[in-house]
Amino acid sequence: MEIRPIFASLRKHRIPAILIVLEIALACAVLCNAVFMIGKRVADIQIPNAIDEKGLSVVVLNGTDPKLAASDTPRNLAALRSIAGVQSVGVASTLPLSRNNWGWSFGIKSDAAMTDKNTFGVSLYFLGTGADQALGLQLKQGRFFNADEYADSTLGGSALPSTHVVLVTESLARQLWPGKSALGQSIYSKPNYYTVVGVVADVVRPQASVHSTQRSYASTFYPLQPDSSLGYYILRSAPQDRARIVREAEQKLGEINPAAVAKGQTFDDIRDKYFADMSSMAWMLVLVCVVMLAVTAFGIVGLTSFWVAQRRRQIGIRRAVGATRGDILSYFRTENFLLTGMGVVLGMALAFGINVYLMQHYEMDRMPWYYLPGSAVALWLLGQLAVLGPALRAAAVPPVVATRSV
Amino acid sequence: MFAYYLELALRSLKRNKVLTTLMVLALGLGIGACITTLTVLKLLSGDPLPQKSAHLFYPQVDPFSMDGYVEGETKPQTTMTYTDAMNLLHARKATHQAVMAMTGAKIAPPRANTHPFYSDGVMTTSDFFGMFDAPFQYGGGWTEADDESRARVVVIADFLNDKLFEGANSVGKTLRVNDHDFRIVGVLKHWAPQPRFYAQDLGGRSYGDGDAVFLPLQSARAAGMAAGNTNCFDVIKDLKNLETAPCIWLGMWVQLDNDAAVADYKAFLANYARQQIALGRFHRPDTALPDLLQWLRDEQVVPDDVRLQAALAFGFLLICVINTVGLLLAKCLRRSQEIGVRRALGATQRTIFAQFMMEAGIVGLAGGLLGLLFAELGLLGIRHQPAEYAGLAHLDLTMFAFTFVVAIVASLIAGLLPAWRACVLAPAPQLKAS
Repeated sequence: MEIRPIFASLRKHRIPAILIVLEIALACAVLCNAVFMIGKRVADIQIPNAIDEKGLSVVVLNGTDPKLAASDTPRNLAALRSIAGVQSVGVASTLPLSRNNWGWSFGIKSDAAMTDKNTFGVSLYFLGTGADQALGLQLKQGRFFNADEYADSTLGGSALPSTHVVLVTESLARQLWPGKSALGQSIYSKPNYYTVVGVVADVVRPQASVHSTQRSYASTFYPLQPDSSLGYYILRSAPQDRARIVREAEQKLGEINPAAVAKGQTFDDIRDKYFADMSSMAWMLVLVCVVMLAVTAFGIVGLTSFWVAQRRRQIGIRRAVGATRGDILSYFRTENFLLTGMGVVLGMALAFGINVYLMQHYEMDRMPWYYLPGSAVALWLLGQLAVLGPALRAAAVPPVVATRSV
Repeated sequence: MFAYYLELALRSLKRNKVLTTLMVLALGLGIGACITTLTVLKLLSGDPLPQKSAHLFYPQVDPFSMDGYVEGETKPQTTMTYTDAMNLLHARKATHQAVMAMTGAKIAPPRANTHPFYSDGVMTTSDFFGMFDAPFQYGGGWTEADDESRARVVVIADFLNDKLFEGANSVGKTLRVNDHDFRIVGVLKHWAPQPRFYAQDLGGRSYGDGDAVFLPLQSARAAGMAAGNTNCFDVIKDLKNLETAPCIWLGMWVQLDNDAAVADYKAFLANYARQQIALGRFHRPDTALPDLLQWLRDEQVVPDDVRLQAALAFGFLLICVINTVGLLLAKCLRRSQEIGVRRALGATQRTIFAQFMMEAGIVGLAGGLLGLLFAELGLLGIRHQPAEYAGLAHLDLTMFAFTFVVAIVASLIAGLLPAWRACVLAPAPQLKAS
């Protein structure tokens, strides 16, 4: 296909050509960044979490009398255990993605204090007897807590439990003691210290970090005897039983604790709620992208149709002197290919610029390079698709047009 | 003349329905997206107390140790210990001053056999209502004496009064909060500043409904109510007793009526920090006194996502405008002959220009109307989102008017190039071709 005549004709229609190039460039720049943002959010939303998410129902019990925790907690657990279909029950101080975070800073040297600079911020999960089972924590090394450790650990108004054992996640163990086994190591915050007795698969913190997946897994687990800070009742069951179990469990706890407030939900609800804003932003970005691509495509259709109409006579002449329908078709397609090409080159530069700007002014990561050629190809395809209609109409122009004066 | 151009423009637009529809649709979508996101942005970055925000200030001091401190870079803490808050409160250096913390309040309805429920509560001091101009429906706030004597009194919001007392005057009645009886002394009218500036960094939402109950700080603490956000900086022996613990959990607002008062208060704060360093309680000398709007900026209350959405929508509108330019140009060049005839019959360049700008303006007006529809749809969508500001997303009168300004400006800009091209066409060649 000869390209020179196409350039010659584009020079004659400079303004519409520039408009198409500009439109494609802008669309390409917005598309790159929007798709990148969508991808980032989808990845955040799907953050893996090593508990039995699909089998968990949760009832949060608030406003109980702290003095009665020792007798009320076992009674509540027994009541929940009696619900049909419940495989195991437990109680914890908080849950992943619940936004109810109890954080602390620990060091790995025995004289570390909480206010030291080099301490490591983690989230604390206090577990009552059976919570490891109910959550479905996956043990990778060591052991879970034993009955004595649960019974001996108290909180008593302080911020940290009196126990000296802790479970950590794999990621946290790797970060604190790189290349070493975490078992038997201790974390310190004067005057408390905790020795690692087990390592579990990665469990997300109550508040996930948007910047680093590693930081999102800085979770630690401690045994605790019945205490008013344990308000998250966890019930594990087959996934299909959850809706009924949530309903029954909420009702039951509400009945036997009339002065408290019980609220039931499945773990899926907790996760959906946590990521609700993020997923609505992702959907909104998808919507904008789709509509934007549609508008761009219509713009191409409109302008090319106009060109075709304007050049009916020339097309007729070309047909009369021997050009086939295929020649005409490929003329318009090549023309579009060239325009889109210029547009995406400009657009990729623009996309890169926008990304750099966003990195400086918002919390945004660098866009991986493959997003650029990715959206370039997408726009090329879109351009070809959009031009097909008008080009086919052009190819259908009969040679006889040349002989008529318009 | 105007009427004639209008008729010409309408006739031309009618001649090519598909192209016209495309232009109006694209412009409408772009404008709709812009107005939707701008409405949300305007809503979220608004001034919560327009009549007073310039006189409200948020004092900040810093009781943390020197660990991790970088001179000139480390910002003072955003909340205070009980000791500091009380010292500053009792110093009475401002026209009004109040200390506050957010809390979850368990409220037991006065009717029998009803379950208790949790509502947002504010634990604060007596000056809160006067300083923030919170309007009362019945009764009023409590006094400083009530603060000191830990009186069990409570001010409730209109929606809670509607829910529990069917909107009747409930002053003097008893409300059971956190298993303790409180006497209602006041019922607020609707009061929900957006953003909820006084809850920033205290563990409260930034937007949404107002708080349900307001209690004297010491009385609420005595009833075992906890603070929404607690940040500790030293070994804690007894977390239940937050008043003496090395923890920051209170926010403070002061009203300062003129620049001299602001300067005095700044000096007072700096002096206070020096004094506390001398006493060994403080280590860092920095203090800050941002005004309300500065405080909201410091806190980055408006979510980044909302700003990104607005920027994205403008990019989208730009694409739509370029699209409209292209299509208008196509339309006008196709009518070269008609223009040639009109010019030959005596129409000036200015006439042609006006005629085409009129056409662009009509497209803009239609685009604006459609944009309004899309914006209403968009806002409807946002109201169904789970975001805490969702319920507030409504088109106000300014945005309504602004939609048409955007639409007309966008379409006139889009029309400029095609109209110019049309009016500079030399008439003779066009006539020759036919």
